[in-house]
Amino acid sequence: MADLALNPLRPRAEAEASRLPPLLAQAELLARTVLLGEHGRRRAGAGDDFWQYRPVQPGDSRRMIDWRRSGRSDVQFVRQREWQIAQSVMLWVDPAASMRFASDKSLPDKADRARLLALAVAILLVRGGERVGLTGGSLPPRRGEVQVARLAEALMRESAEDYASPDMSGLIPHGRALLISDFMGDLVPLRDALTAAADRGVRGLLYQVLDPAEEAFPYTGRTIFESVGGTLAHETLKAGDLRARYLERLAERKDALGALCHATGWRYGCHHTGESAQSALLWLHGAMAGGPGA
Amino acid sequence: MILGPIGFAVPWLLWGLVALPILWIILRAVPPAPIRRRFPAVALLLGLRDEDHVSDRTPWWLLLLRMLAVAAVIVGLAGPVLNPRDEGAARATGPLLILMDGSWASARDWAAQTAVIDAMLAEAGRDGRPAALMQLSDPQAPVFQAADSLRARVPGLIPAPWPVTPEGMARAVDLLGESQFETRWFSDGLAGEGRAPLLEALEARGPVTVHESPRPVLALTPPTLEDGQIQLRALRAVPGPVREIAVNAHGLDPAGVSRVLATLPMTFDEGVVEARGALSLPPELRARVTRFEIAGEAQAGAVSLTDDGLKRREVALIAGRDDREGLELLSPLHYLEQALSPTADLLEGGLMDVLPANPDVIVLADVATLSGAEQAALLDWADKGGMLLRFAGPRVAASDVSRSEEDPLMPVRLRAGGRTVGGAMSWGEPKTLAPFIEGSPFQGLAIPGDVTVSAQVMAQPDPTLADRVIAQLSDGTPLVTRKRIGAGQVVLFHVTANAEWSSLPLSGLFVQMLERLAVSSAMAPPDAGELAGTTWQPLAVLDGFGRLDEADTRPGVAGERLLSAPLGPDLWPGLYEGPERSLARNVIAADTTLSPVVWPARVAVEGLERAPETPLGGWLLAAALMLLTADILASLALSGRLWPARAVAMLALALSLGLAPEARAQDDARALLATEELALAHVVTGDARLDDTARAGLRGLGQVLNFRTSVEPAEPIAVDLERDDLTFFPILYWPISADQPTPSAEAYVKLNDYLRNGGLILFDTRDADVAGFGAATPNGARLQRIAAPLDIPPLEPLPEDHVLTRTFYLLTDFPGRHSGRAVWVEAAPPDAEQIEGMPFRNLNDGVTPVVIGGNDWAAAWAVNERGDPMFPVGRGYAGERQRELAYRFGVNLVMHVLTGNYKSDQVHVPALLDRLGQ
Repeated sequence: MADLALNPLRPRAEAEASRLPPLLAQAELLARTVLLGEHGRRRAGAGDDFWQYRPVQPGDSRRMIDWRRSGRSDVQFVRQREWQIAQSVMLWVDPAASMRFASDKSLPDKADRARLLALAVAILLVRGGERVGLTGGSLPPRRGEVQVARLAEALMRESAEDYASPDMSGLIPHGRALLISDFMGDLVPLRDALTAAADRGVRGLLYQVLDPAEEAFPYTGRTIFESVGGTLAHETLKAGDLRARYLERLAERKDALGALCHATGWRYGCHHTGESAQSALLWLHGAMAGGPGA
Repeated sequence: MILGPIGFAVPWLLWGLVALPILWIILRAVPPAPIRRRFPAVALLLGLRDEDHVSDRTPWWLLLLRMLAVAAVIVGLAGPVLNPRDEGAARATGPLLILMDGSWASARDWAAQTAVIDAMLAEAGRDGRPAALMQLSDPQAPVFQAADSLRARVPGLIPAPWPVTPEGMARAVDLLGESQFETRWFSDGLAGEGRAPLLEALEARGPVTVHESPRPVLALTPPTLEDGQIQLRALRAVPGPVREIAVNAHGLDPAGVSRVLATLPMTFDEGVVEARGALSLPPELRARVTRFEIAGEAQAGAVSLTDDGLKRREVALIAGRDDREGLELLSPLHYLEQALSPTADLLEGGLMDVLPANPDVIVLADVATLSGAEQAALLDWADKGGMLLRFAGPRVAASDVSRSEEDPLMPVRLRAGGRTVGGAMSWGEPKTLAPFIEGSPFQGLAIPGDVTVSAQVMAQPDPTLADRVIAQLSDGTPLVTRKRIGAGQVVLFHVTANAEWSSLPLSGLFVQMLERLAVSSAMAPPDAGELAGTTWQPLAVLDGFGRLDEADTRPGVAGERLLSAPLGPDLWPGLYEGPERSLARNVIAADTTLSPVVWPARVAVEGLERAPETPLGGWLLAAALMLLTADILASLALSGRLWPARAVAMLALALSLGLAPEARAQDDARALLATEELALAHVVTGDARLDDTARAGLRGLGQVLNFRTSVEPAEPIAVDLERDDLTFFPILYWPISADQPTPSAEAYVKLNDYLRNGGLILFDTRDADVAGFGAATPNGARLQRIAAPLDIPPLEPLPEDHVLTRTFYLLTDFPGRHSGRAVWVEAAPPDAEQIEGMPFRNLNDGVTPVVIGGNDWAAAWAVNERGDPMFPVGRGYAGERQRELAYRFGVNLVMHVLTGNYKSDQVHVPALLDRLGQ
């Protein structure tokens, strides 16, 4: 047994294994902060769960009267059920290499933040009774806590290419969609995807996650900029001189995204990893709950 | 080439400096290396053109830094030398003899002297001159050899602790040989016969240059003891301006540590070569002094060792009435012992027994008659310098000693009976002392007013009486009389040595009088005749620097030579031990005089100063390296890459400086916290909730202990097995969770150590049933894995008669939040048997190292900040009862840990009662 105790591998493995999937735990924690007040639909409608008894009103058909309840009193009651139309929400989180970037050790990767937000939104939606899945047919929308675990696992997949565009196949008509990326790649596939989605009545959010350095461009001197995947490079002698023009291009890109959303009825939001995830989640939740086109 | 004080070995290299401006231009033109950065938004940058095609230039100060570095390299390689040897001066050739006095007086500037010799030999080595060394204090034939190999010997040269003797110089003349050489003579500055012939002999063989240290030679003559004061005399060779010196008296303090016991400042007046001073030390301190030393003079002449001359006296105390079984304060010797024991070695015994020990003083307190043999022996002893101190008393008063004619061992004749004044049956007041007359050894001592004499023996008026009185009463009757016997003396106090007849022994004056009489009787140095035929073994010897070394295996010295023979290799200065006493042989004798050597005008005399040749190349190259390092840092800073480097540096700095002491301080604080009061402790499992529960549980148990028992534990402490010291805690509570990490190997070492040394760990699987089934639950399996490497003895379910069932409360089961059955403890020894009539077996001694159970005791004990239970236990009153039992188990457990098997010992109570007859 002594050699077992001396083997350092086991304690390490145990330590790793004893942790919950950190992303899931974090997302749970984050989601918990927004949960209050928005639970369920809180109004009568079509569904399976009991909502309330109300006295019969003129216009109600006899068929709607709950005889068991009415038999206990002189008034006749109608049994109402809670409105429970489940929405299907499709998520897409950019798995590309460009997301795996943080300009500072104290900042999270863009990919980390994007996954966290996506999963937190998913948890909120699942608690609200919605069905959540991933675009591209990899994970069809389902309900329940198990789906959250599946989502967490699926979100961990990463792609080696520098930039990715959303695969909008498998969209459920009139569903909702949430695309989280830095949107640094080519905009044409995105435009196509969004147009296709809009054609199927899908509304949703474009959520851009940027690193503060990408927003500020705090570089000077002779520099070779390389993409995270290493496929693109740009050399400049005076990085400081590029700042103004870079920021201009960034603003153009944001405008383009905004315009694209406007045209398709989507909403656009932007988030920096330097800011708190909670405010981003609040915005996302509000925007998702705001209904199509809100 | 020489520029000012700096010369260059390779001056043409300096032309390289011309290239610096070119380098400047080149460096300016080359842009700094690009930085590679990861940047996801590079897609947005593609296609952007630089407006200005010139890159950022290297800043001027960085260029300057680099220029300076290059310049330093060039100048450094050109071989600059500060204070170079004047190449133009005529270079001496031929062999070189370095002649050193090497005496104690040379030791005062030995370091400077060897440095100059070293430089000289280095120079000779460069010039290819053979060289030889000769030390006049111990002359050996000079052997000319390569100066460089000789140079290796220079650090090993040490001065001899004796002066240069004329014989030594004469021998040196004989050893010089016939060859021609240049001589450098390092003189100690003291005159001596034989210098002139040696100088002539040297000049016959070549040029002679004398080097002399300008530092004055100081010396200390052996201290003498006069009038109770130590007389010190310092000498200097050259009469000069006023100079203050301090003489330190070194010795062992009562703790046995050598330290400076006293310091005496002394002053050489202007133009005077001698300084005197008197050091008054309490006898106790004086007896401890081992050597005097002129402060700051590291040479043997400034040290004077003390021998028995300042040492403690041997005093033999003999009382006439020692058969009396009375009070100690009435003992005739009590006051003498009190007065003498701090300053003297006391001998007690019969008179004939102590006489062979040859004490310095023999005290006879109220001893009247002596046998013929005793008297003869005493007379013989006193004749050789012994001092006999007698006290009167009832016996002397009643005897016929020295009545009709003077006893040889009495200073005066005595009248029969003595007298009593101021008593109940007599007239007059008790008498006081008269001031001490001139010539008395007590002269100058202050007489306290309360010293009175109520009885005494009276001296017969005799022609010699007046000369022999050294103290008298106010009415003129003698109190102390003295008579010389050969070299010794006999002193009679006409009162008792205790307080019966007078209050003198009660006063400080008594001690002072004894000091003047007995202790201050100096021991004369032995004469040559006494030393003949004896051998003296060196105890410690002085080296040239005045340091005392162990004599080790040095041979003994014949007594005849010890005092008179000149010091030399076969007679070192130091402390020698002979029969019955020790003698110091110092470098400077009492009659030594110092006089400066006077060199003829034709001889060049130089000091020891010599601006050393200092090569600067190494420094310049080092400076260049530092500049280049600065350049690296500056370049990194400019390119924005300094931060990681700085972070690493800061981290290293923090690790080396900050964290370690802080961590240690934290450890100390923690140790204090854990040990100031009894603290219950729990093991940190990593599960915050579990740890909080454990902590709250121990807090609750602590409160219960506080209320009900005399155990008053402090706030519980969380123990991290990997980090913390376990030894402070008598008991560790260790809740087990299924996903707990296994401790590291080091932690297991600590845990096993803890268990072996009396610690107790309460393992709690918190699953209510593991104790019966082992690995049936995840927690149980985890416990098995965690506990496997622990040194745990065989276990058994807690037997009914285990001491845990009765250390405070009588318990039969041990519920916590669960009420599982079995709790496992160390198994009883197989031979434990129940004694007939006893309620329980006499089980194992000591405390069980582990208690294992699964009842989640901490949860049952746990209370929140307000003292309310945190977790429900059972239902209703039965639940509260279960909680109470859980607390009782905790109390019993802590009591068991703290008192061990104390309650088991109750088994012996009936036997004890029976034995006591109750």
